[in-house]
Amino acid sequence: MKTVTADPKGVDSGPHFMDGDHALAEGALAAGCRFFAGYPITPSTETAERFAERAPEVGAMFIQMEDELASIAALIGGAWGGQKCMTVTCGPGFSLMTENLGLACMTETPMVIANVQRGGPSTGLPTLTAQQDMMQARYGPHGDNMIIALCPDSPQECFDLTVEAFNLSEFYRVPVIILTDETVGHMHEKVVIPPADQIKVVPRNNYNGPKEDCRPYKFDSQGGHPMVRAGDGYNFHITGLTHNEKGYPAMTAEQSKVVVTHLMEKINGNADKIIRLDEDQIDGADVVVVSYGITSRIAVKAIQDARKEGIKVGSLRLITIWPFCEKRIRELAPKVKAFVVPEINYGQMVKEVERCAGGRKVISVNHCGGAVHDPQVILDAIRKAIQ
Amino acid sequence: MADTLRMDRMPHIWCPGCGIGSEVNSFADAVKRSGIDPKKLVVVSGIGCTGRVAGYVNFDSIHTTHGRAIPVATGVKLANPELTVVVFSGEGDLAGIGGNHLIHAARRNMDLVVICNNNFTYGMTGGQVTPTTPGGASASTTPYGNYEYPFSLPFLADAAGATYIARWTSMHSRNVTQSIEEALLRKGFSFIEIISPCPTLYLRRNRLGDGVDQLQNYQDNSILKHGADTRETAIDYQGKIVIGKFVEKNKPTYLEASDKCSIKLVGDDYQLYGKTIPEREAEEKAEKERIAARRAAMAAAEAQEQAVAAKPRKTSAPAAKKAAAAPRAAKKAATKAKAKPAVKKAPAKKAAPKAPAKAAKKAAPKATAKTKAAPKKTRK
Ligand SMILES: Cc1ncc(C[n+]2csc(CCOP(=O)(O)OP(=O)(O)O)c2C)c(N)n1
Ligand code: SF4
Ligand SMILES: [Mg+2]
Repeated sequence: MKTVTADPKGVDSGPHFMDGDHALAEGALAAGCRFFAGYPITPSTETAERFAERAPEVGAMFIQMEDELASIAALIGGAWGGQKCMTVTCGPGFSLMTENLGLACMTETPMVIANVQRGGPSTGLPTLTAQQDMMQARYGPHGDNMIIALCPDSPQECFDLTVEAFNLSEFYRVPVIILTDETVGHMHEKVVIPPADQIKVVPRNNYNGPKEDCRPYKFDSQGGHPMVRAGDGYNFHITGLTHNEKGYPAMTAEQSKVVVTHLMEKINGNADKIIRLDEDQIDGADVVVVSYGITSRIAVKAIQDARKEGIKVGSLRLITIWPFCEKRIRELAPKVKAFVVPEINYGQMVKEVERCAGGRKVISVNHCGGAVHDPQVILDAIRKAIQ
Repeated sequence: MADTLRMDRMPHIWCPGCGIGSEVNSFADAVKRSGIDPKKLVVVSGIGCTGRVAGYVNFDSIHTTHGRAIPVATGVKLANPELTVVVFSGEGDLAGIGGNHLIHAARRNMDLVVICNNNFTYGMTGGQVTPTTPGGASASTTPYGNYEYPFSLPFLADAAGATYIARWTSMHSRNVTQSIEEALLRKGFSFIEIISPCPTLYLRRNRLGDGVDQLQNYQDNSILKHGADTRETAIDYQGKIVIGKFVEKNKPTYLEASDKCSIKLVGDDYQLYGKTIPEREAEEKAEKERIAARRAAMAAAEAQEQAVAAKPRKTSAPAAKKAAAAPRAAKKAATKAKAKPAVKKAPAKKAAPKAPAKAAKKAAPKATAKTKAAPKKTRK
């Protein structure tokens, strides 16, 4: 991925005391995002509010759309209009966004969507935390498609991962979803925004070659293919229909194989390059706690207590949720006795761990939302794991 | 036409006698006549028979999801205000599933041209009832007649705040062209409704004959009323159709209003995407001058063409007189940045017998194109 340093105009360098939602907005501005379309929904609204406040001084565009269907649609237009684009929402709004999340995947449109998760289903727990949309992020839109999803565990990571989300999104031309949660979103902590020249940013890569060679797509299962920008004279066409590399409809079984394979493999085939994990004392561990987001911070306490009891327990924190770190789990499975998977849902990512655990014991520590885990229940699960 | 249509995508999917084809011709013509830079034009469609327009026009074009053309277009326009953005879609797409976007874009006076092909039916899915189907009309989902109350789209757009509203029928292709041309050259939310025949579904199901019969109906039932009160533009089943330019007014667009607010806050060095307002205004002015120059050149070329064409026919005195008048007329048109719609009842009537004949002629080659095409429709 070719990078440049960030445009200082969007970078509010220095130490801040801010919550995760605000850090998402700052991360976007630092990454060069200059277009934000959103619709208010607790607990994500603060991101939109901060972007709206900062937009005039940075020279960015903010618009509050009529709903989330429109917000993500505007991002698709904004991206082909030449801007890096972002929106933020949570469950109910994310459900509406799945419609054009599918179009964004199909048209390989870069954009970043933050889902500050709250409890569901439906209106559920508007002000209380959850991690219940992990599978929706992956399988929300109809049809086969693949996205990238990242999961911050702190306001600092909300900033850092938003920059990374934009970089991945630009390179792979894919929507990147930040799956944070109400707790991280509303938690105030120290966030250090580095100087602009220390922030690496993947710039928008616009095609500028001869017109006859212009192709909005290249079905080679790789990233790095340039976008085409509206107004540059290429007369591009894009459609949600199954299409050829020129962007023209090509609705056959053969072409569907080409397109779907590309969309899936562009991400899955580059999983090693995309996936980031945070591992602690995995070597020689009997139990590995697989966690993400706010839950990994709760798990730390349980892991420390278990180690005091002499249990060899390691931590595997998923920073990248999708694509799932399948290879790493398969590597670890023969070496450990069990995996423990705490998450604030009825058991979602645990299914992925089970799939790759090669028959090893996998203990789900589920939670129906509204609060974080009591570390004690995670400790109990770790104890059970070595029995 | 070859430069405005994607010839490599022909034949198109539209049925013989469908109104969409002639609207696309009018649109292409309007783009040319407007003098705008086609490179800076983006066409966005939703889903439906009309939604396929984006796939055939040779401009930057986006075929979106059902109902979402307007918010996608909003994104394009706001991401690069230099672009002229046109939404071309069906009434089901724009006023049914996308109705919320339509009213909000109108409310914001978003700088978009929305062209709505209203055929009173969901064409692509096989003729179901739409939000504009007149009471009593039959549709596949109202097999015993439609008992809902339809929208009058000009009234809806007006109530929502659209600053330019016109309605024509497929019969009035010259007026359609003229309205689109006007809309392309103005700022703000422009809504142009075109009442149009769907012979395959709406007409056949309601035993209303073919496309040509329906054009005759439009001819007989259209009432030209510029500036009409949009509350009085409802359309009854095979009833009167009030046509004309109903609304044309100026108020700041979304972008202008947002600029004004930002400049108050940041001061004169406010920049959007790195450009100050005076810089953007200078670019806009230069573009306007280029447009004016293109229009003048076109008018001059047209005048010359007419003069050349008139020469060998010197024997016919009235024809020569007409030809001599042509350059003057063209020049006059060129000096007027925004020509007033030239519709008057009389000339429209005069054109009447010609139009259906023309439409019939046009339908013929299309029919052959159609037979070459793969089985017509992928239902969506
Ligand atoms: C979300 C969604 N719902 C339904 C459809 C099916 N659908 C495709 S086109 C269409 C109706 C289009 O009607 P209109 O906008 O009037 O266009 P026309 O075909 O008449 O030109 C429908 C309902 C769809 N594609 N997407
Ligand atoms: S089904 Fe109707 S609207 Fe669609 S192409 Fe045919 S005539 Fe036109
Ligand atoms: Mg229709």
